[in-house]
Formats: sequence, C-alpha cells, structure tokens
Amino acid sequence: MEVYFFIAKAVIILLIFGVTLLIATYSTYAERKVAAFIQDRLGPNRAGPWGLLQPIADAGKMFFKEDFIPANASKWLFIAGPSIAMLTACMTSAVVPFGGSLDLSFLGIEELVPIQGIDINIGILFVFGLVSLGVYGVMIGGWASNNKFSLLGAIRAASQNISYELAMSLSIIAIIMMTGSLSISQIVADQDSFYKWNVWRQPIGFIIFITCAFAECNRTPFDLPECETELIGGYHTEYSSMKLGFYLFAEYINMFVSSAVISALYFGGYHFPGESLLAGVLPEGALGHNLLTLIGVGVFFSKILFFIFFFMWVRWTIARFRYDQLMNLGWKSLIPLSIANILVTGVVILLLNN
Amino acid sequence: MAGTNIEVYFAPRLETSFMILLNTYLPSDYLPVLVQLGLAVAFVVVTMIVTHSIGPKNRGKVKDEQWECGIESVGDARAPISVKYFLVAILFVLFDVEIIFMYPWAVNFKSLGWLGFVEMVVFMGILLGGFYYIIKKGVLNWD
Repeated sequence: MEVYFFIAKAVIILLIFGVTLLIATYSTYAERKVAAFIQDRLGPNRAGPWGLLQPIADAGKMFFKEDFIPANASKWLFIAGPSIAMLTACMTSAVVPFGGSLDLSFLGIEELVPIQGIDINIGILFVFGLVSLGVYGVMIGGWASNNKFSLLGAIRAASQNISYELAMSLSIIAIIMMTGSLSISQIVADQDSFYKWNVWRQPIGFIIFITCAFAECNRTPFDLPECETELIGGYHTEYSSMKLGFYLFAEYINMFVSSAVISALYFGGYHFPGESLLAGVLPEGALGHNLLTLIGVGVFFSKILFFIFFFMWVRWTIARFRYDQLMNLGWKSLIPLSIANILVTGVVILLLNN
Repeated sequence: MAGTNIEVYFAPRLETSFMILLNTYLPSDYLPVLVQLGLAVAFVVVTMIVTHSIGPKNRGKVKDEQWECGIESVGDARAPISVKYFLVAILFVLFDVEIIFMYPWAVNFKSLGWLGFVEMVVFMGILLGGFYYIIKKGVLNWD
C-alpha cells in the first residue's frame, strides 16, 4: 500500500471519528428538542443561542463531577464496563461507506480514495461482531456495580440484546443472498438506482432489521434495561461522572451507526434518485467526480439524520413493552418471520435467475 | 488496497478459489482497523484518566454503599437469579452458530442454485424442529 494512500485513509478515519462524536453529541441536544416539541415544551434554550451549547455544557459538567466507585464494587471491572461500551461503539462507524470515492490525483495519489474508513469485504460481520461485544460493556458494568438493580438491568439488557441479534443477523441474510457479498460498500453499489433500493426488495427484512436496531440500542419501546420506574437507572445506577457519560454517549453513537447501517443496507447509502442525470451535467474529470461524491455524502447524512429523528420520534410515541412481550416478539415472531423471509427471497431469486 | 474490488466469491475448483482468496484479502486492508482501534483506545483512556483526576473526591462509609432506593441493602447483589436468562443465553449460542453457517451459504447462494437451496431448507427444517421443541417445552414462557 502506498504511504500517501494510507495517510489519506488515516485522515478519512479521523474525520469520520470526529463527525461520529459530533453527531452523537448533538443527538443529545436534538433528542431534548424533539422531546420538547412533541410534548409542547421549549427544551434547552439557555446555553448559547437556541441552547446550542447545551451538549458542551453537559459534557463539561460530566467531566467535573465526582468519579464515584462504590466500596463493594469490583473496581477494575467497574471501570472496564463503560470503556468497553464506548470502545465498541467507536469502532463500528469505520466500515460504513459514507460516500463514493475522491479523485485526489492533484495530491499525487493515483488510486481513487473511498470515503470509508475500513474497506473490508466482511463489513457486515465486522459490525455484528462489534455490536455483540457491546453487550459485554453493559453486562460487566452491571455485574461490577454489585447492586441488585444494576445486575437485573444488565441481565435484562444482555438477554434482550442477544435475542434480537438473532433476528437481526437472519434479516440480513436475505440481502446477502441478493448481493452475494458481505461488504457494505458492495451492497451499497448494488442499489445504484432508486427502484433497486433494498427497502423495496426487502420490506419485511427492513421492518425486522429496524425493530432489532431499536432493541440493540436499548431505545424505547425496548428500553427495559434502564426503565426508571422499575430499575432506577438499570445497569448504570451506580455510575457517575464521565463513566455514566460513556454509557449514555455510546447509546447515541450506536444510534448514529445503526441509522447509517440502515441507510446503507436498505436506502441505497449515498445513492440518490437522479444521480446519473446529475453526473451528465457536472464537469468532466476530477472536479465533477469529487462534486458528485460530496453531494452523495450530503444525501447519505440527511438519510442518517432522518433515521436518528425517527429513533427519537418513536421514543416519545410508543410505550415500553413488558418483558414477556419483548421476548415473545423477538423469539416467536421475528425469528420465524425472518426465516420465512429468507425462504421466500431464495425461491424468488432462483425463479428469476432460471 | 489493490485486490479489494475483485468480485469472485465462488470458483468451481478448490485450488482456484484459494488463489482468488489470496488475491482478495490483503492483510494490509486491515491496517486501518488498527488506526481506528488506536484512536478509540486513546480517546477512552484519556477521557477516563482526565475525568478521574479532575472531579472532587469525598468518601464516607455510608456514601460508598451501593444505592438501592435508600433502603439499606441486604446481602450481596450477586445472588442466584432466574434460570430463564441462562437458558436464553444457551439458546442464543446454539442459534447464532447456526446462523453463522448460513452466511457463507448466502454469499454463494446464486451459484449454488436449487440444490443449495434445498439443502438449506433441510438444515432450516432441523433447526426449526429444535425451535418448535423449545417453544413446546415452555423455555420461552415468561410468566
């Protein structure tokens, strides 16, 4: 690999990392504003214009709070819990293709540089691997707190996450059958025109996937691990300071990443209707190529922001499930449904191919 | 970064597919993973150290206890809990392994054709047989 190419890659990774943190930070603000709008309140409006500095004020407050570790807790595991949650959340955004490729020939880089941190051909497995590692963060944190509520919350979180992970990985299989690749960039490239978006070809798979994404992010209506009315704060009852911040922040990063994965897998990623028409209008060569790529990045981010908004919208609309309803939905509805989806997809593909 | 875009995932003969595999996966493609990991670890470690060192510190016997709604906590929290959760975890491991078997099949689905499809239907039939048994056994009943 060329050195310059690698440097360009590292810059892109750094940029994506920064953007991920930025969007996660402002998601907390957006969530409070959306909640305020839905409940007919004002929301944060004191720190800065329209309360725009609120997330920064919150982060500052988190940093200066007392970093409390209970006497009965297992100290190192107590620290490891939120660290693992944050680490796995930070790693996932790298494999999502945020745009096409940049032509950086004026910098002396011959190859096209894709706007994707890590372009590996097992992208989906990478995401799933890290998402399932995230369960350890919650489980270790809840167990280490040595608090009954934390432990209950952690166990609920773990069994909920693993149950929905099954249906989630099953719903993806239908897409892989159509594309024949595990690489996310390949799946996005396969949806290059509007009518080929996977949401039209896999509507049931999409519904299963987005339901599971809500459950994996521990968002309402699946927020049983931290339901305040029953479990105080759930697995992060004992946490304070930035350790608590990490848990909350990891949730928002996961929301961002799942929105990005949903947009990439089902909504054509950085492709948009009329792309080929626009490509004809734009100037030839590197400039036109880069412009088109940047427009694609903008489109992709607007899709992501829409899904983040959708997460918040659902949170303030739908009530929480009961635990048995949650497990029944996961095991007895979503898993058989996704298996049926695979079979139907398989038959249709084979009939169309012959 | 050269070989990543070669799109051949199935070859009829083993040795050719092995060669294609060598072309497709370059270890250097995974270098950015290390960059990302380094970045994430640095962020987490620095934040943890900073937040640990700048906050106030007050300790006390009552304060250091775990917080359970203000009621004095009785016994250790790590008491035995419902076996259902354990069963769910075991079932997850079983099903997850089965699902991982389906991934390579799904990648090669188009080239395997009807034969591969029928084989997977048989496999899924056995899987669903076990699934039916679990449901009838009442493992997933939560009341």
